[in-house]
Amino acid sequence: MRVMAQLGMVMNLDKCIGCHTCSVTCKQAWTNRSGVEYVWFNNVETRPGQGYPRRYSDQETWKGGWVRTARGRLRLRAGGRFKKLLSIFANPVLPNIRDYYEPWTYDYETLTDAPLGDDFPVAQPKSLISGQPMAVEWSANWDDDLGGAPEHGPRDPIVERIRTESEDKVRFEYERAFMFFLPRICEHCLNPSCVASCPSGAMYKRAEDGIVLVDQDQCRGWRMCVTGCPYKKVYFNHRTGKAEKCTFCYPRVEVGLPTVCSETCVGRLRYIGLFLYDADRVTEAASVENEHDLYPAQLELLLDPHDPQVIAAARRSGIAEDWISAAQHSPVYKLAKQYRVALPLHPEFRTMPMVWYIPPLSPVVDRLTETGHDGEDAGNLFGAIDALRIPIEYLAELFTAGDPEPVRTVLQKLAAMRSYMRDVTLERPRDESIATAVGMTGGEIVEMYRLLAIAKYEQRYVIPTAYSGEARELEELGCSLDVDGGPGMVAGSGPFGEASGRPLPVSVETFHALRHRQTSEELADPGEPGARINLLNWDGKGRPAGLFPPRRTASEPESGTADPTADPRPDTPMAKDRP
Amino acid sequence: MSGVDVLLWGVLPYVMVVILVSGTIWRYRYDKFGWTTRSSELYESRLLRIGSPLFHFGLLVVIIGHVIGLLIPESWTDAIGLSEHAYHIQALVLGGIAGFCTLVGVGILVYRRRTSGPVFMATTRNDKLMYVVLVAAIVAGLATTVLGTGIIGEQHSYRETVSPWFRSLFVLQPDVASMGQSNLEFKIHTLIGMLLFTIWPFTRLVHAFTAPLAYLFRPYIVYRSRDAGPATRPTRRGWDRVG
Ligand code: SF4
Ligand code: SF4
Repeated sequence: MRVMAQLGMVMNLDKCIGCHTCSVTCKQAWTNRSGVEYVWFNNVETRPGQGYPRRYSDQETWKGGWVRTARGRLRLRAGGRFKKLLSIFANPVLPNIRDYYEPWTYDYETLTDAPLGDDFPVAQPKSLISGQPMAVEWSANWDDDLGGAPEHGPRDPIVERIRTESEDKVRFEYERAFMFFLPRICEHCLNPSCVASCPSGAMYKRAEDGIVLVDQDQCRGWRMCVTGCPYKKVYFNHRTGKAEKCTFCYPRVEVGLPTVCSETCVGRLRYIGLFLYDADRVTEAASVENEHDLYPAQLELLLDPHDPQVIAAARRSGIAEDWISAAQHSPVYKLAKQYRVALPLHPEFRTMPMVWYIPPLSPVVDRLTETGHDGEDAGNLFGAIDALRIPIEYLAELFTAGDPEPVRTVLQKLAAMRSYMRDVTLERPRDESIATAVGMTGGEIVEMYRLLAIAKYEQRYVIPTAYSGEARELEELGCSLDVDGGPGMVAGSGPFGEASGRPLPVSVETFHALRHRQTSEELADPGEPGARINLLNWDGKGRPAGLFPPRRTASEPESGTADPTADPRPDTPMAKDRP
Repeated sequence: MSGVDVLLWGVLPYVMVVILVSGTIWRYRYDKFGWTTRSSELYESRLLRIGSPLFHFGLLVVIIGHVIGLLIPESWTDAIGLSEHAYHIQALVLGGIAGFCTLVGVGILVYRRRTSGPVFMATTRNDKLMYVVLVAAIVAGLATTVLGTGIIGEQHSYRETVSPWFRSLFVLQPDVASMGQSNLEFKIHTLIGMLLFTIWPFTRLVHAFTAPLAYLFRPYIVYRSRDAGPATRPTRRGWDRVG
């Protein structure tokens, strides 16, 4: 047993309202540069729908992930090492920019520059790739909210698959349509096929926390990772010629902050925490024969952080105590392994993805009530699960390689939770049989309810900081003038005044400030007289002392008053010409 | 043996080697981020899929041909009973085909660069210069193959002129006289070749130096530690590591 730690995420799909806040904040943080205009480390797909890039999950076309050979070994679907090197001069299955979309802007200038005339000037869309005017025909969420579903919906690879099995399950007529949202980031897989595909060895999995990264200095732009990732979550920066991907916001999680997408999620549906897993058995688990066994095999890899043997093994592999304790409080471990309500996305790709999803229970209660049933009665709910608007078959194709059983169990647990909690809320006697029917105890159900419904920030995100031993390295190394009282200690400035000296690493500075702001109730007050407040860290609360320069009193004449051109309103902080 | 000959075949090659080696080291140290194929496959793949393999594989064969022709002395092939004539036939056929593929390939790639809007937009001046020198080197090389083997014009045995000179460079005793006796096509091809290697470290061609052969031998999944060292967190000025 070789214990390794892995940061994982769980998303509760019942709560996703498809607002795309996560995508936009992620983009603002990481990919608002030229060359990555089309890159969405986080994207939110409407299901049924084609996803981004178009039909990415159809591996017959895109050749991502692993396949199991007849001899029971894993092979990259796009071909082994030799084939990769032979096709290195032109990757045969690289998505074209049009499979994503051609990024564009609008020619806003004509709005202000157009000569006076009878027609209103319009801002034409212009391609950011070729600079030419273009027709906008597709984008990262073109089929958002089932837009154009009659036309685009049937091209969803899962719809295609279940349609051939049972004609009726997926409908796109308005009355019978269903949809839900699927936010996606890189899965930070345990068995990442992107890493395995990289000829230069520039992609790697971080040994400490399992985050999968691209070394920008070592990447040579061979583009094999783009093909290798079955989730199409490695993107090619067409300006720099390097691959880029979701970084799990590693500069944030290193200081204990959640990723930007989680932090800003409107539905508060994301959970981040640690898994401990057995690295020696990953390949074995990823190569089980029956695809339906992949989800159970993946669960098997996750080790119980309370088991003394596991703890001992973790210590042997050098995992720090605070990390072990974080793993014990990990919300993702609870949801994925303990309650078993979170499922992996497309386990059949055999990459052992580490972003898990709680499938949506669709508006089942209202439907039951409409038809004159008690919508929160456990029996009725269990019965209704197979008649849900979102067909179980569809969810099973997404989360369990097509096996409906685990999905049904999860939905039953969620239904049981509603039913059981109704009795709790109404202070009626609790019906323990509801809990036992889904293999849980009443206590567990209440705990799960608390985690899913009302968990606070600290419970949703249990992120240990980078090794305490390394904590000092995360800070900037001190300069020799930084002794107490030395010139280096003036807050926020170097020996030659503000902003002189070596710059603080921007990430460390702002992340600490951000963290402070999020976890404290006080004003963003620098505290010392004379110190200025960094506006970036001001959260609008109150009027901290350093916000404006101190007022001058009448008895304290300004040095320049003899000058007739001096500002006559010395009290106004905004006055111009103020030194 | 004129002064020009000495300059061209006795001095220039070493200047080229110095620039090539020091330029490559310099680029590797200071511009790792810029060290990439700068692929444009994302924009256009139909033509690339024909042109690029044609060019690259053709070029690999051409390189092998150069190695054989320049490094293996005539006496060795004589010894295994390969006659001068037979050698020239195979060199012409193999070299001709490979060279032709390379030329067609690069032709397709240049055409693609010019006609596909986004690809043209992404073409820098550096690329254009590199393409001119590269195509010139290929054309001149093909010319030597066709002309030198006596199909048109007089047969010229470069293995008695160019090759001895090339080998003599390695022992630091350039055989300028041999090279001086070769014909004009070979001299032009050699000069353009030297120019190509001189600009090599400063163009996108550097990607060839990091051909990922190690991929064949490494384990599939790469793990790296967060504190793997300078590559991940650059140490700051004044904090160079000791030892
Ligand atoms: S999801 Fe992420 S870790 Fe998994 S294969 Fe794709 S890029 Fe790699
Ligand atoms: S921010 Fe949250 S609720 Fe909004 S789309 Fe993203 S995951 Fe869904």
